Amino acid sequence: MIEVKNIEKSFESNHVLKNVSAVFETGKTNMIIGGSGSGKTVLMKSIIGLHRIDGGRIEYDGRNLPDMKMSEIRMLRREVGMLFQGSALFDSLTVLENVIYPLEMFSPSTKEEMLERARFCLKHVNLEEKAFGLAPSEISGGMQKRVAIARAIALQPKYLFCDEPNSGLDPKTSLVIDQLIHEVTHEFEITTIINSHDMNSVMEIGENIIFIEKGEKAWQGNKDDIFHVDNEALNNFVFASELFKKVKRTNQ
Amino acid sequence: MGLIADTGKYILLMKRVFVAPDRGRMFFRQFPKELEKLGLQSLPIVAIISVFIGFIMTMQTKLNTSNPLLPVYTTGLVTRDTLLLEFSSTILCLILAGKVGSNIASEIGTMRITEQIDALEIMGVNSANYLILPKVVAFVVMMPFLVIFSMALGIFGGYFVGVLTTIMTTGDYLVGIKFAFVPYYVFYSLIKSMIFAFLISSVAAFYGYYSYGGALDVGKSSTNAVVNGSILILFFNILITKIMLN
Repeated sequence: MIEVKNIEKSFESNHVLKNVSAVFETGKTNMIIGGSGSGKTVLMKSIIGLHRIDGGRIEYDGRNLPDMKMSEIRMLRREVGMLFQGSALFDSLTVLENVIYPLEMFSPSTKEEMLERARFCLKHVNLEEKAFGLAPSEISGGMQKRVAIARAIALQPKYLFCDEPNSGLDPKTSLVIDQLIHEVTHEFEITTIINSHDMNSVMEIGENIIFIEKGEKAWQGNKDDIFHVDNEALNNFVFASELFKKVKRTNQ
Repeated sequence: MGLIADTGKYILLMKRVFVAPDRGRMFFRQFPKELEKLGLQSLPIVAIISVFIGFIMTMQTKLNTSNPLLPVYTTGLVTRDTLLLEFSSTILCLILAGKVGSNIASEIGTMRITEQIDALEIMGVNSANYLILPKVVAFVVMMPFLVIFSMALGIFGGYFVGVLTTIMTTGDYLVGIKFAFVPYYVFYSLIKSMIFAFLISSVAAFYGYYSYGGALDVGKSSTNAVVNGSILILFFNILITKIMLN
C-alpha cells in the first residue's frame, strides 16, 4: 500500500500540489485522473521520487520516501516497476534483452533462470516468440507497451506505476493493455497506480479513482461511484463527450 | 553565474559517474562495445586526416623554407615535431570532439528525452554510472592508440611528398624526421590526448545527460558539447603545455 499524506509541491511561485492525501491500495488498480495541467503527473512523479516534495509524507508500506537516503531510494526502486508513456524501451537492446535487463542488474538468478523468467513475462503479455529477437523500433506501439509491461513485472515488483499507458494506441489495443495491467495487478498482488485521462480505461479498470483538480484532490471513489457524483468539475471532465453523457443517464 | 552552476552540476555528475558499477559484468559488457564505437570507428577519419595533413604540412613547410641557408633536414624535422606536439594530439582531438562528442551527446540526450534514463533510474540503476563510465573509460583508453596511429600516418603522408612530387627527395625527408628526436614529445602528446579524451567524452555526456525537450534540444546539446569541449581542449592545451614543456 502507498499512502500520501498532505503533500505539497511548488515550482518557484507555481503551487502545483496543495495538501494532497490519498491511499493507493494493494491488489487494486488505483487511477489518478484529471485534466491537463491539473497536477496529476507531478503527483505521480512525486510519489516515485522523481520530484522532491516540499512537505508531507509518501509512505511505501510505512517507509517514508522523503526521509530516505539516495541509496535507500535506489533499494526501494528495485521493488518498483514502471510503464512509461512512450514505453522507454532501450533502443540498443532486443525485446528479450530489454526484459532480461533488470534481472541482470539485480537478480541473483543464473542466466538460464533469467532467460526463463523473461520468456515467461513476455508470454504472459501475449507476445509471440518471433518478436523476442526484434529491436523495439521493429515492433508496433501496442507491442512496445506489452514489452514494457513485461519488463516492469520481470523483477516481481510490489508497486507498479503506469504513466498514460494508452497514449497513442487505438481503442482495441488500449483495452488489451488495460486488461493486462488489471490482470498482473490482481495476479501478483501489486499496488498499481495509473495516471490517465482516458475515460475508457477509467470505466474499464478504475477500482480506486482519485480526481485531481487544480492541484487538489477533488474526489476519490471507484468506477461505479463516478456515475452518482455531484461534483461539477469531475462531471465536466468525465462526461465531456456525448457518449459518456448517455452512459451516465443510462446508469442513473 | 550559469558557468559556475554548470561547473557545479558537471562535478556532481562526475561524482555519480566515478563510483563502482552496480554490476561489474554489465560494465565489462558495455566497455568493448564503446571501444569499438568510439575508438575503432574513428580510425578511418583519423587515417584520412593524418595522411593528408602530413602530406600538406610537408609540402607547405618545404615551399616556405626553400632557403639554401637552411639545412636539408628542416622540412622533415618541422613536420615531425608539429605532428608530435600539436596535430596528432590537439588538432586530432578537436576533430574527434566533433565526431565522438556529438555522438555521445546525441545518444545520451535521446535516451533522456525518450525517458530511457528515467526508466533506468526507476529500476534503481545509477544511470550516470551505467551510461557514462564505459564511454569515458573506453575513449581515454583508445586515445593513445589513435594518437600513435595518427603520428605514424602523418609522417607517412609527408614521405609521399618525396615520392609524388619533385620539390624534395625522400632521403632529405627521412633525415629530417630522424634528426634530434625527443621521445618525451611523444609522452607529452599521449598524456595531453588522454586528458582531452576525458574532457571530450565527459563534457559531451554532461550535455546529453541534462538534455530536455525534443529533437531540437538534443541538437542544441550536441552543438554545446562540441563547442564547449573544443574550447576546453584549447584552454587545457595551454595549461598542460605550460606544465609539461616548461
